[in-house]
Amino acid sequence: MEELAADKHVKYIISIEKKKDSFESVVMEHLRMSGAYWGLTTLDLLGKLDAVDKEEVISWLMQCQHESGGFAGNIGHDPHTLYTLSAVQVLALFDKLDVLDIDKVSNYISGLQNEDGSFSGDIWGEVDTRFSYIAVCCLSILHRLDKIDVDKAVNYIVSCKNLDGGFGCTPGGESHAGQIFCCVGALAITGALHHVDKDLLGWWLCERQVKSGGLNGRPEKLPDVGLLLMDLENGGISDRPDDAVDVFHTYFGVAGLSLLEYPGLKAIDPAYALPDDVVKRIFFGK
Amino acid sequence: MESDEGERLPMSRRPEWSDVTPLPQDDGPDPVVLIDYKQDFTETMDYFRALYRAQERSPRALSLTQEAIRFNPGNYTVWHFRRQILESLDADLHEELDFVERIAKSNSKNYQIWHHRRWVAGKLGTDAAIKELEFTKKILSLDAKNYHAWSHRQWVLQALGGWEDELDFCRKLLEEDIFNNSAWNQRYFVVTRSPFLGGLKGMRDSEVSYTVEAIMANPENESPWRYLRGLYKDDIQSWVNDPKVSSVCLKVLSIKSNFVFALSMLLDLLCHGFRPSEEFREAIGALRTSDPEPLDSDLGKAICHVLQHVDSMRANYWMWRKSKLPVAV
Repeated sequence: MEELAADKHVKYIISIEKKKDSFESVVMEHLRMSGAYWGLTTLDLLGKLDAVDKEEVISWLMQCQHESGGFAGNIGHDPHTLYTLSAVQVLALFDKLDVLDIDKVSNYISGLQNEDGSFSGDIWGEVDTRFSYIAVCCLSILHRLDKIDVDKAVNYIVSCKNLDGGFGCTPGGESHAGQIFCCVGALAITGALHHVDKDLLGWWLCERQVKSGGLNGRPEKLPDVGLLLMDLENGGISDRPDDAVDVFHTYFGVAGLSLLEYPGLKAIDPAYALPDDVVKRIFFGK
Repeated sequence: MESDEGERLPMSRRPEWSDVTPLPQDDGPDPVVLIDYKQDFTETMDYFRALYRAQERSPRALSLTQEAIRFNPGNYTVWHFRRQILESLDADLHEELDFVERIAKSNSKNYQIWHHRRWVAGKLGTDAAIKELEFTKKILSLDAKNYHAWSHRQWVLQALGGWEDELDFCRKLLEEDIFNNSAWNQRYFVVTRSPFLGGLKGMRDSEVSYTVEAIMANPENESPWRYLRGLYKDDIQSWVNDPKVSSVCLKVLSIKSNFVFALSMLLDLLCHGFRPSEEFREAIGALRTSDPEPLDSDLGKAICHVLQHVDSMRANYWMWRKSKLPVAV
């Protein structure tokens, strides 16, 4: 097997943190917290988390927290569950969850559960099974799942199950590999995987591999994050050959290779989307 | 409305903004994401931050959010502030829908835009139903699989109504592209949820006929196969026993090309107790002309064997299925 150009990927990730004038930086300003999670998780999978200044990241990260307990994508932006999970994941990577006021963060998340068990992404009320995953994953990492109605949360996710065994963003929404990750991940974390129609969904997922070897997210769509499509010159991975590389797809590419047990990479936990050793540390205290 | 064309006068030189001190992005101790990409963008965001911090909900703030959104429609904080301003000013929300439409044309896969649109339409209520269905139709005419547009459309139907023509809308889209899985999904959504159609049971016969026709036209099309199975949701016995289901499998097998989904469904039928006639055995035997070994007496195993060869990328999957087969009857 060809060796992963680990050093080049590390260099690429560090470079985006330092790049000051790229288009990428501009449009990513508001989701820098997620950028930090993608970049730092990739570094950790490559065994290079120590290439960044931990104190500096944490100091910036804590300035993104609001009175409500939620985190924003950057300083001065509004809080959202998306960035709250990213912040919690980043702190978990650094083994620094103890800097958090755990009850405050978990109250923010649990306050966004709706009557039907679903979750809103923030105070504006957008509902999506992505936010169910975020809530469940975040509260589980914080050991605070008891703050929400887990049964209702599970029932809502199950109501988004489709005829092909997959899941959509709301009841009746088309199955999509990304939403399936969220729903199956949330069901796994809450011990409710028996709701998954394993055979039906397993076959649907098998069918997502297309002739090129890549995977698509829905039937008849183009494959994305072809797992072996690396830009070998500068590091980084793009969604398709010839497209520009970005930190998001670099993370997914490396995480995918980790799931395939590629040599030189740490194992990743498929439900928490964190390295296995980090998850073990959270639940079994190292 | 300001236009995107022509020279943009820097805000620092516009008299109506002279009372505002721009506020640069605070990126923490070591600024790592300074914005130099576009001077105009930087300036707009600096003024935005100043107004946002002061919570100035004024007409000029509204037009500033418009400018900021043009630069980066993904910035959710700008959208949040815009909603607060719209509420405070009691602004004309029909005009807001027009604004969103202009932005959406070049950014139709942006979560913030769709969320904002839903917020506006929800405030307008049932009056907005027709406009919203037209709007999503327009977006879907550019990309018939746009996930956001479909989500929005489903929300409109459920929250504001307009179900009457939806099955026909699905039919038209499927006529344009019978491989459009999103349109098949919408069809299922309508059949199972429309208050006018009588539900899955009432629609099953006509839907099965429609689906069988689609399968026969393109047996390699994954979507109608899954749809067919979905029509028998929570009623596996009817699915196993309905001759229309097994016969479409048989028909496709006898064409001898593009039969992977037909074999796969037949395998599932067998696993759920379907008793195949001799015709099925012969059809499967006829698929393996070059194979010297005799046909496995267990039809399930024989099917997996064929699939391992014709669908070699998923050979491991079919081998696994073979190992999981119930004991032959």
